[in-house]
Amino acid sequence: MGEEILRVEDLTKIYPGGVLANYNINFSVNKGEIHALVGENGAGKSTLMKMLYGIEEITSGKFYLYGKEVHFHSSKDAIAAGIGMVHQHMMLVPSLTVAENLVLGIEKKKGLFLDKKKAIEETEAISKKYNLYVEANKRVRDISIGMKQKLEILKTMYRGAKIIILDEPTAVLAPQETEELFEQLLNLKKEGYTILFISHKLQEVKYLCDRLTVLKDGRSIGTYNVADVTPEEISRLMVGRDVKLEYDKDEQEFGDRILTVDHLNYTDKFGTKKVDDLHFSLRAGEVLGIAGIEGNGQKEAMDILTGNLKAESGSILYRGKELTGMSITDNRKAGIAHVPEDRNLNGCAPEMSVRDNLIAASMDKFSSHSILNPAAIEDYCNTCVRDFRVKTAGLDTSIKSLSGGNVQKAIVAREFTAGADVIVLNQPTRGVDVGAMEFIHKKILEMRAEKKSLILVSADLAELRALSDRIIVFHKGKVAGVLDDISKVTEEELGLYMLGLKQDSDEKLKEA
Amino acid sequence: MNFFTNLDFWFTVLRCTTPVLFATMAALIASQSGLLNLGLEGAMTIAALCGVLGSGFTGSLFVGAITGIAAGTVYTMLLAYFIQHFKANQVITGVALNLAAGGGSVFCLYSLTGDKNASNSLASAAFPALKIPVIDGIPGLGDILSGHNCLTYVAFLVAILLFIVLNKTDFGVHIRAVGESEEAARSVGINVEKVRYQAMFISGVLASLGGMYLSMGYVNRFTASMVAGRGYIALATNAMAAGSALLGMVSSILYGFGSGISIYLQNNNVDPYLITIIPYASIIVFYVIFSFYYKVKRRSEETL
Repeated sequence: MGEEILRVEDLTKIYPGGVLANYNINFSVNKGEIHALVGENGAGKSTLMKMLYGIEEITSGKFYLYGKEVHFHSSKDAIAAGIGMVHQHMMLVPSLTVAENLVLGIEKKKGLFLDKKKAIEETEAISKKYNLYVEANKRVRDISIGMKQKLEILKTMYRGAKIIILDEPTAVLAPQETEELFEQLLNLKKEGYTILFISHKLQEVKYLCDRLTVLKDGRSIGTYNVADVTPEEISRLMVGRDVKLEYDKDEQEFGDRILTVDHLNYTDKFGTKKVDDLHFSLRAGEVLGIAGIEGNGQKEAMDILTGNLKAESGSILYRGKELTGMSITDNRKAGIAHVPEDRNLNGCAPEMSVRDNLIAASMDKFSSHSILNPAAIEDYCNTCVRDFRVKTAGLDTSIKSLSGGNVQKAIVAREFTAGADVIVLNQPTRGVDVGAMEFIHKKILEMRAEKKSLILVSADLAELRALSDRIIVFHKGKVAGVLDDISKVTEEELGLYMLGLKQDSDEKLKEA
Repeated sequence: MNFFTNLDFWFTVLRCTTPVLFATMAALIASQSGLLNLGLEGAMTIAALCGVLGSGFTGSLFVGAITGIAAGTVYTMLLAYFIQHFKANQVITGVALNLAAGGGSVFCLYSLTGDKNASNSLASAAFPALKIPVIDGIPGLGDILSGHNCLTYVAFLVAILLFIVLNKTDFGVHIRAVGESEEAARSVGINVEKVRYQAMFISGVLASLGGMYLSMGYVNRFTASMVAGRGYIALATNAMAAGSALLGMVSSILYGFGSGISIYLQNNNVDPYLITIIPYASIIVFYVIFSFYYKVKRRSEETL
């Protein structure tokens, strides 16, 4: 492999407000390799590459390029130094043509006017040279996502980039497009380009990359040769935790299946089948854990279950009642509570007060003839804050001023006190501190003791093992495995199911 | 309605089109860069006043024109500064500046000349009318197209020029890129704020020309609230133009048409208050029709 061209030493980023996003990150990239940066959401991947691309200032640490230390103040500096970046959300102007986008900002002129002919010629030339086919004359809004991505890659090379950063490029692509992209990236590698590939899809990393650096909780865990590590080992490095989670769970009798999902299908706007003929069911009084690598349909399935997304086809039967097609309100009235994946997006209204957020889901309980009853609200909110130990200056404080853990406790309080029999929890402890996490876990087990039925979607395998009575594993929009005996489940075994390396028999999956 | 065959009527249509055409082009370049220039009304008012004051006190049309353009442009740049530097809300800032311009113009007029509603005591200059050499001789066409105020021709030239600038030059493409996809423009190293200041500067100059046409061409004095909502009308005509300066020309002429009708109906026995509604009401009707057309067009494109 070639010589080292990029190296960072003890790179640290602290955002204003004190959020530590990256801490003492160390890694280096060799010329002509495809180097993967892997890590869970929130592990600090995006902050790191924003620093490499000059969008974010480095708080402390050193960044060397070709052996010399560099300081970027804007992405203009990074471009000048030969770094290009393909953002996950394309940075293209839809109404301009492919050629105009390619040359945007560094257009060649013919007299007073733009030399559009030259731009088209150059586009066609560079497109041919690197075998990345784009239609120079078409407007960007009329081309496919795959072509947009090729255009983004061409844009970086047109600006002289030798190191190309790709931010989860396959997240928006269909499988065929992904294959094509990989072929082209391997081609670029042959041409001597260096590629930094950011991903959390381990199969892709295994297939495409030479070396990988694992990030976790804003730190770099280490750099490995892809050939030397198995996907299972990578996944353990990414998600494994040192703290052991162990709780005493009472033996419990489970009731009948109260919720059954059958033949559920959903295709997203990019044409990817996210939920594929999904089948599983929930028994009364159990905690059903759902494992899976992110993007394998868990989120979509939960959104459909809670009325946030419309299924293409299939049914969800809850106590004999069909839930698909119901509104979110009807869904909640039927007795299904929901702690959404992204607390700041769907979990709460950040600008509003703690009080307003606590009663948001059950306004009619606190009102008569549309007039809110302040005393009842005060009472309820105080109980919530006390019972769920939400640390807040007062009920009128805007919820965004609370720490992540306390926001999450408030949301959990709202959903757990809604009187629902089924509670859907999607990543309930993501990004919260250990104290809040343990508290939320305790509350989940309390709900279980009260014979409520819970669905727990989590990327944290230790959490799943500690809380679940049963775990099902999602892979490509289907259930790939059912694990009934929690005491015997290992993270390695879950990993095999998550990666699609292991699959239960159809008979067993019918029992899910 | 026999005046539709009257050549003078069509001459009037173009006369009424001029100020709104300037304002539409001013709104267009601002909106293409991603900003809403709600301050057009105020910029036109201030330029109308300062043009009259400048030429009245010095006796020079040139000084008047420079004063008017400078005042209207400074006013517009102030708005741009509030929006970009202080991240102020565009609508609130625009309305506030317009209100200030409305009251401030009367106040300035009174304190400088002693006139309260109109600059009657001031002998201000006017932009000259032009006869177009060849066209003037053509019967019919010459009556409609020739003999307008020189600013009328400037307005139409500006529209054509703007069309070329926006579509054929790097400056124009940068304006569109910044307006449509700020992040994309920034990521390739375009200075978004600078491009927007440039667009607002041009917008200010154009709005000033529109304002000065009213007080130094259309009529020959400044009167309070003489802009009469044309700065707001321009936002509607700009919306109809959907980013094309040439379509902006068409939508401005539609306003001029409504305006011409209201002027000619005054000779008939119709309630004058009802008549003054016509240009405004007609632009609402046209706007609805245009919006509906764009919606249908978009839908048919999506199903392709």
